[in-house]
Amino acid sequence: MIAPFYKFGMFGEEFSLIIAFLIGIAFGFFLERAGFGSARKLAAQFYLYDMTVFKVMFTAIVTAMLGVYFLGVFGFLDINLIYFTPTYVVPQIVGGFLLGFGFIIGGYCPGTSVVSTSIGRLDGLFFLIGVFIGTFIYGEIYPWIADFAKSTPMGKATIYEVLHIPYGVVVFAVVLIAVCGFAGATYIERKFQSKLFGR
Amino acid sequence: MEEKGQENLETTKAFHKESFPEKPYWNPYLAGIGLGIVLLLAFVIMGRGLGASGAVSSVVATGVLKIAPEHAQNNEFYRNYLSAGNPLKDWLVFEVLGVLVGGFISGIFANRVKFKIEKGPKITNTKRLIFATIGGALMGIGAKLAGGCTSGQALTGGSLLNLGSWLFMLSVFAGGYLIAYLFRRFWL
Repeated sequence: MIAPFYKFGMFGEEFSLIIAFLIGIAFGFFLERAGFGSARKLAAQFYLYDMTVFKVMFTAIVTAMLGVYFLGVFGFLDINLIYFTPTYVVPQIVGGFLLGFGFIIGGYCPGTSVVSTSIGRLDGLFFLIGVFIGTFIYGEIYPWIADFAKSTPMGKATIYEVLHIPYGVVVFAVVLIAVCGFAGATYIERKFQSKLFGR
Repeated sequence: MEEKGQENLETTKAFHKESFPEKPYWNPYLAGIGLGIVLLLAFVIMGRGLGASGAVSSVVATGVLKIAPEHAQNNEFYRNYLSAGNPLKDWLVFEVLGVLVGGFISGIFANRVKFKIEKGPKITNTKRLIFATIGGALMGIGAKLAGGCTSGQALTGGSLLNLGSWLFMLSVFAGGYLIAYLFRRFWL
């Protein structure tokens, strides 16, 4: 195992910030190329006439998932050293719904609003300002909701460990679901394009 | 005279639009593979995934610390982002600065950089900006409650098969589809 490089001490914290900046550039570049700097393109996902969000997101997830899995199998990457967000079931579901509402009302998510701002979209900038306001509100009310925010903890919970299914089988299942999802998404897109715009 | 100027401006704009047309977006699968590789590189090089909302938290916590140091230190949420040293010398802060640059580079080469407001045809500019801010605030709160946003939870946790991240992701889509019809005049 030689990766993650940072965890094996191949470079220090200062250099990691340069990496962060470079990775961010690539991240922002691909988000913009996908069309994620436009709220209309993003919101279209929820009006079913353009499923780009689903396609891009799941292609990215599948690509990274396969990479992590195979680099792990080949003994190149130690998966246990990758930072893993602990699960809090109810707060994450409630938080997810809030994000879904925020998406329809505001048209972006935090990352895409940064991209949108970078290409001069005023609504993206206002959304980003909103994220700052929301984060501040959360910080101010945190003392009262801290118990809820830490409720239903499961610690480090992977789908395969919780369901007692081999890692590789879950990876294969996700790929299968994604491929079926892509076909389904394209079918739905066409249907709603003609339904909404008559083309 | 003024009319002439206006006409010239319109001609220039039309000329610009013709000479530098917006390029089409990439094929979604190609863009998705690109994003997936970037995410994989973050795992391999750093041992961590991507993020966005975490950077906002660092900036907010730093701001509160500057204005009301005691208040910030007494709050567990802010304190989490104020660990030793300069809280802005943070991985996610630098990553998000990169996103700003990367988005701009892509936009420039695709002739998409311009000042405008993205919105549906039936909503006014003012209304759009007000609701963009409200939506952003909702998302700021939701992302903190969920321990991340679309980048940190859905993409990063999703590819690591993190159970909480998948529950989160399904909830985001469920929440969106749940109220989409109600707000259709915003977008259609």
